[in-house]
Amino acid sequence: MEAWIRARVTLALTLFALLFFVSRSSPPRQFVISNAERRIDLSSHIINVHLTLKVENTGTRPASEVVLALTPTEVDHLAMVDALAIKGKRKKTTSVHLEVKPTELPDAPPIDAKYFTIYLADPLNSGESTTLEVLYVFMHFLEPFPAEIAQSESQLVFYHDTALILSPYHIKQQTTFIKTPSTKVESFIRVEPTNRVGTEIKYGPYEDCPPYSISPIHVHFENNSPFAVVEELVQEIEISHWGNIQVTEHYTLVHAGARHKGVFSRVDYQSRQFSNGASSFRYLLARLPARVHSVYYRDEIGNISSSHLRTNSLKSELEIEPRYPLFGGWKATFVIGYGLPLQDFLFESSDDKRYLNFTFGCPLIGMVVDKLTIKVVLPEGSTDPSPVVPFPVEHRLEAKYSSLDVIGRTVVVLEKKNFVPMHNSHFQVYYTFNPIFMLAEPLMLASAFFMFFVACVAYIHIDLSIRK
Amino acid sequence: MATMPASASDLLKSFKLKTKQQELLIRVSILCLVYILAFITRLFSVLRYESMIHEFDPYFNYRTTLYLTENGFYDFWNWFDYESWYPLGRIVGGTLYPGLMVTAVLIYRILRFLRFAVHIREVCVLTAPFFASNTTLVAYFFGKEIWDSGAGLVAAILIAVCPGYISRSVAGSYDNEGVAIFALLFTFYVFVKAVNTGSLAWSLASAFGYFYMVSAWGGYVFIINLIPLYVLVLLITGRYSMRLYVAYNCMYILGMLLAMQIRFVGFQHVQSGEHMAAMGVFFLMQVFYFLDWVKHMLSDTKLFQAFLRITVTSAVAVGGIALGLGMVSGYISPWTGRFYSLLDPTYAKDHIPIIASVSEHQPTAWSSFMFDFHILLFLFPAGLYFCFKRLSDATIFIVMYGLTSMYFAGVMVRLILVATPAVCLISAIAVSATVKNLTVLLRSKNKVVQTGSTKGSGGSKSSSKALLDQSQPFQKNGAIALLFGAFYLLSRYATHCTWVTSEAYSSPSIVLAARGAHGNRVIFDDYREAYFWLRQNTPQDAKVMSWWDYGYQITAMGNRAVIVDNNTWNNTHIATVGRAMSSYEDEAIEIIRSLDVDYVLVVFGGVTGYSSDDINKFLWMVRIGGGVFPVIKEPDYLVNGEYRVDKGAAPKMLNCLMYKLCYYRFGEMMTEYGKPPGYDRARGVEIGNKDVKLEHLEEAFTTSNWIVRIYRVKPPNNRW
Repeated sequence: MEAWIRARVTLALTLFALLFFVSRSSPPRQFVISNAERRIDLSSHIINVHLTLKVENTGTRPASEVVLALTPTEVDHLAMVDALAIKGKRKKTTSVHLEVKPTELPDAPPIDAKYFTIYLADPLNSGESTTLEVLYVFMHFLEPFPAEIAQSESQLVFYHDTALILSPYHIKQQTTFIKTPSTKVESFIRVEPTNRVGTEIKYGPYEDCPPYSISPIHVHFENNSPFAVVEELVQEIEISHWGNIQVTEHYTLVHAGARHKGVFSRVDYQSRQFSNGASSFRYLLARLPARVHSVYYRDEIGNISSSHLRTNSLKSELEIEPRYPLFGGWKATFVIGYGLPLQDFLFESSDDKRYLNFTFGCPLIGMVVDKLTIKVVLPEGSTDPSPVVPFPVEHRLEAKYSSLDVIGRTVVVLEKKNFVPMHNSHFQVYYTFNPIFMLAEPLMLASAFFMFFVACVAYIHIDLSIRK
Repeated sequence: MATMPASASDLLKSFKLKTKQQELLIRVSILCLVYILAFITRLFSVLRYESMIHEFDPYFNYRTTLYLTENGFYDFWNWFDYESWYPLGRIVGGTLYPGLMVTAVLIYRILRFLRFAVHIREVCVLTAPFFASNTTLVAYFFGKEIWDSGAGLVAAILIAVCPGYISRSVAGSYDNEGVAIFALLFTFYVFVKAVNTGSLAWSLASAFGYFYMVSAWGGYVFIINLIPLYVLVLLITGRYSMRLYVAYNCMYILGMLLAMQIRFVGFQHVQSGEHMAAMGVFFLMQVFYFLDWVKHMLSDTKLFQAFLRITVTSAVAVGGIALGLGMVSGYISPWTGRFYSLLDPTYAKDHIPIIASVSEHQPTAWSSFMFDFHILLFLFPAGLYFCFKRLSDATIFIVMYGLTSMYFAGVMVRLILVATPAVCLISAIAVSATVKNLTVLLRSKNKVVQTGSTKGSGGSKSSSKALLDQSQPFQKNGAIALLFGAFYLLSRYATHCTWVTSEAYSSPSIVLAARGAHGNRVIFDDYREAYFWLRQNTPQDAKVMSWWDYGYQITAMGNRAVIVDNNTWNNTHIATVGRAMSSYEDEAIEIIRSLDVDYVLVVFGGVTGYSSDDINKFLWMVRIGGGVFPVIKEPDYLVNGEYRVDKGAAPKMLNCLMYKLCYYRFGEMMTEYGKPPGYDRARGVEIGNKDVKLEHLEEAFTTSNWIVRIYRVKPPNNRW
């Protein structure tokens, strides 16, 4: 309840600031958005917002920087923003990836907003227009209300937004579609014209909205999709040039939905599966690479016996079940480990370097990861590691001592916060490695045994007794 | 087939090995194989289940070992544990035998130093098998010392697979006994060696062996009583010697001083009744030595006889008076209940229900002797016969060890473990001596036959010899038959041991396995499900009340404070829990609130048919609770002396807290096809009270097979 009030107060304040600002100045922008369509998908706890903007340059000079505005709360929960430029007409459309960067506006009005700039590939000439598609992905954005539910209740959540798109530009016409997971919608704020059909709520079309105009709305609806969140995932990829890649993943999983309150009754949970614990979840699916072997699934106190592995030549699927069903607020930690054949992931580049090509992501499907750490453990003796990741990550180097290591292995640590499945992509780690190091450990072992036998022979042949 | 031995010996010959070297080679390779066999036969549990810690006590040991690796020895030594015995706590460093943990951490550190990236859990899991392997080596040397190297080899093989020992040393059974049996046998071996040689070095080694044993297991009391007893027997039988004097004095004094370094033992060696025998024998030795000296000085035997009489009488009198004074003044503590219960098997049942309630403290049934020893049970008397036939200081020791430990094994199931090495050694003597006699018979005959055949038809001498040995063909056949019989028996023993290990002794008892309807393996992992739930989803400072059996597991796996645990040092505290469990809910809630309990955990097997659950243990709770709080009376829970949970059960039974917690909402549950709802599969009855209402507690979690049920204590109602 309190959070809800706070949100309203924030919105009201924003509105005040906005009115204040509108009365004072007008934006010196040269773009006008002739048409904006927004589709918000609320079916899971990962919120996808597809924004289609038709941008028209009404200024005198060519310009290539289009600015997007988001409220600070949105930015706090923003996992990714992606922009595409749509070219061509009708069926022959092609899309081009555009660079998006957070920016500060030097002449920013005193409004509480954060900005992202899209850099168009070709500057837009005066009078021309182009179509942009923007994808925002938000996480932890749905607020469960009531915040605590009993086992038999289903989960209701709030979605806060504005009916009018926040933008530094004038928008001539805009429409917003909100898709809810089911038809059970407790309440939503109308900003006429508003229309609700089935699982979709349509706001708009609204004509001629001045810059920075907003109109707060909320939707209160049922969402029983599993709010599974990995609070922390540490993935360790250990490369052995003897032919194996060992991956170990440490998960801290939490149900981030409405907290479970009171009794957990096994009788009800077993006998009335659908009406009971609707928002809880039991099964998780991990998609692992093909040709995976020696898979294990365990936690601090031992093996967890409830898992199934299905493999085929293209992919492997690991269905796992935590030790207990997860209700709101319940936690579980576990480890998944598997081996992979080296030749599928390690390649040689042209400049005599080797590189690992691996998926940057969480194998569990539909999972939001608050903090994802990938540790690539390079073989002992490898030098000049350099990671190549398609999006910004923090990276640093560590050392690790594994079996029979003397000088330690170089570990490339990559860290990414607020990770959503849309981030899944490949990354590479380049390094140089001299194959002679492969022999170090077997030679060490062999010489140790040799020394042992020599010692035995020496002991037998030397007479250590004092008496003669 | 027949050419095989010939070719093997050819092969050996081609290496130009002398017979003695051949024998050494064979002996060493057999020992190596036995060493490996002893290790791998204990890995059944890892294969069948996983690399995990078993049962109850090992979880405490594992937890303390973790603490030791993380915080170092001094913190471990001074560790005050707030998580157990809430609100009392436990001084862990001063109330445990640290030998096991220190050993495991030492192995762990060495492996780490050698750059093996092992986890401490793997070290703990494999500690017991590793020490079992070492025990086989000690058994070999011990056998060699008391009989010959053949007997040593047989002893090593027998002990490597003997179920009596395997039961406490499978992989994962990370308990004190795992290393203690090694220490025990090592101490005995070195002591016998010291007695045989009179060497100060061996005696010193036995003192250190004893120190290790004291640091590892409370069973050291057996050593400190058996060795004096043995010395006493030697003295009585007139086998007193300088060797014995050196061995015992050095071992006793040094061993005692070393043992005092263990905090849990402290000054018991000079203050407790259980250790007084050793001290008495020590003084007796001095008297003997003195007498010897006097005898040496006095040439007059008559005078010496008189002197002897006076000295012995006065020595015994002084000793008796000292002991009496010590007892009266309270300086020497009387024997503990556990010690009494060993000497008098019925003692625990009448006086200490908490000892009697443990299944491994029950008197041993004949079947379990058969199960754990198999043919050794028959070979044991035969071995005793051989020992008596060739009496020496060493054989007297093994005979005494065998007889006393067999008695203790009869008193308590778990003490079969102590008897196992003795039984194996004595049986090995029987096997080795028999086989040796038979082969000697066969060999000598072969020679005769050979000589007869080579000499051909002539020679009256040989024919007369043949006439003389007319009975020998039968003897030879008999010997062959007996040899085959012996090998058949031994092979049966091997199969039996393997079967027992894989079927009976490899279950971790945390994970339960059963056969499903289609012959598939069904795993009940409910314990860990519940403990992990506790660990993840309860407040960090939550206090859990359960029966003491699960205390160690809850603290180790659930990481939450418990009221009582398997270290049953405070009987009153356990009785309080027992009283809470056996009271009505509104009475129990008072106790629960006074103990500041947040969660109550019960184990219930009604759905799965798991019979060692809390309902079946409940009478012990009543007894232990009633032992301290007379409000709880056992007859209230029985109907005509019969314990039942169905409609005919006693009203108090049907409404006590334990019954309510176990059967809460069980009445709605269909457990078996064709049976009414609320059918308890563990006891095979329909429960008597299906309408269980809880007022002050609420169900917090129940595992998927209902084996563990956890209840949350509700906060008190508002008064307004």
